[in-house]
Amino acid sequence: MTDATINTDAQAPEAQFGDYVALLKPRVMVLVVFTAIIGLFAAPVSLHPVEAFAAILFIALGGGASGALNMWWDADIDAVMKRTSKRPIPSGRVTPQEALAFGLGLSGISVVMLGLATNWAAAGLLAFTIFFYVVIYTMWLKRWTPQNIVIGGAAGAFPPMIGWAAATGSVSVESVLMFALIFMWTPPHFWALALFMRSDYDDAGVPMLTVTHGRRATRVHILVYTLLLAALSLGLAATSIGGPVYLAAALVLNALFVRDAIRIWRRDEDASEADNFKVEKAFFKLSLLYLFLLFGAIGADTALGLGGLW
Amino acid sequence: MSFQEEHELHRRRFGRNLGLGLVLAAFIALIFGLTVVKVTQTPMPSVEEMSQ
Repeated sequence: MTDATINTDAQAPEAQFGDYVALLKPRVMVLVVFTAIIGLFAAPVSLHPVEAFAAILFIALGGGASGALNMWWDADIDAVMKRTSKRPIPSGRVTPQEALAFGLGLSGISVVMLGLATNWAAAGLLAFTIFFYVVIYTMWLKRWTPQNIVIGGAAGAFPPMIGWAAATGSVSVESVLMFALIFMWTPPHFWALALFMRSDYDDAGVPMLTVTHGRRATRVHILVYTLLLAALSLGLAATSIGGPVYLAAALVLNALFVRDAIRIWRRDEDASEADNFKVEKAFFKLSLLYLFLLFGAIGADTALGLGGLW
Repeated sequence: MSFQEEHELHRRRFGRNLGLGLVLAAFIALIFGLTVVKVTQTPMPSVEEMSQ
């Protein structure tokens, strides 16, 4: 490299360490880490603390790697959307090639290390999750079908299943139910976001339900999925990972969640615009709390030895 | 041979290089910890088993 090229580089925005951390989507990682910890903790087999720490770390790293690959592929969309326009690639601080290499490298490291630290069933599930999020959701479904959120939501639902597999070496009914809980939660969560971030998805041409089927249909879909989610999450209370703490949390949270979904369903666009989507934003915030508290309740029942009492 | 004066590029990238260094050090510590756990958890074969 000559001095001339160094000087040219100096004029481009310089990537800092934080930009590479941002490629890993740390906010999404919080959900991945938390649900993976609960999956691992609720499993009937316990791991040595160092192994458990390594398992969670590499599951998080795998999730982060798929986030980096998602940002590499979606850089054109991110540049258009206000919410994502300051991400490292659209802002020019990280080149797409760097993000691709970073994502692929971390994917390989996270899968191999999870396999070595725990078992290859968990590593296989992590590899499949990365593949599903990057290839099935990001490259294929996201720009093609308004059901992108429904099917793509599976990628975010895998972490508790991987955590469970890291401890037990297998997949079981309980881990599938934890997967199903996040899978059913994802569509109403994102459709509420799409209702009040309307111009972003419209501008980017992403076929969100709000764009392809209209906002009325989206409100109906939110209600239907919320009712299905409520039935599923209440049913989970009767399994071996559900207990009294979970049942109490599920009753309260589902009552609130269904109430807000009905409010969204009953409102029209004029009412929403009049109060700047207050109900939709409240539903979105509640959805985050909903998932954290329900998984927290599974953890609480396990810690108190109350799981599977009925 | 004398030390060269630090290039401006190195100062600019100090934070990034320090971060990477710390991540690598933590990774080595984790591998070491995992190795110790795996080795101590694996039961040692008895002398009879080894001689068979």
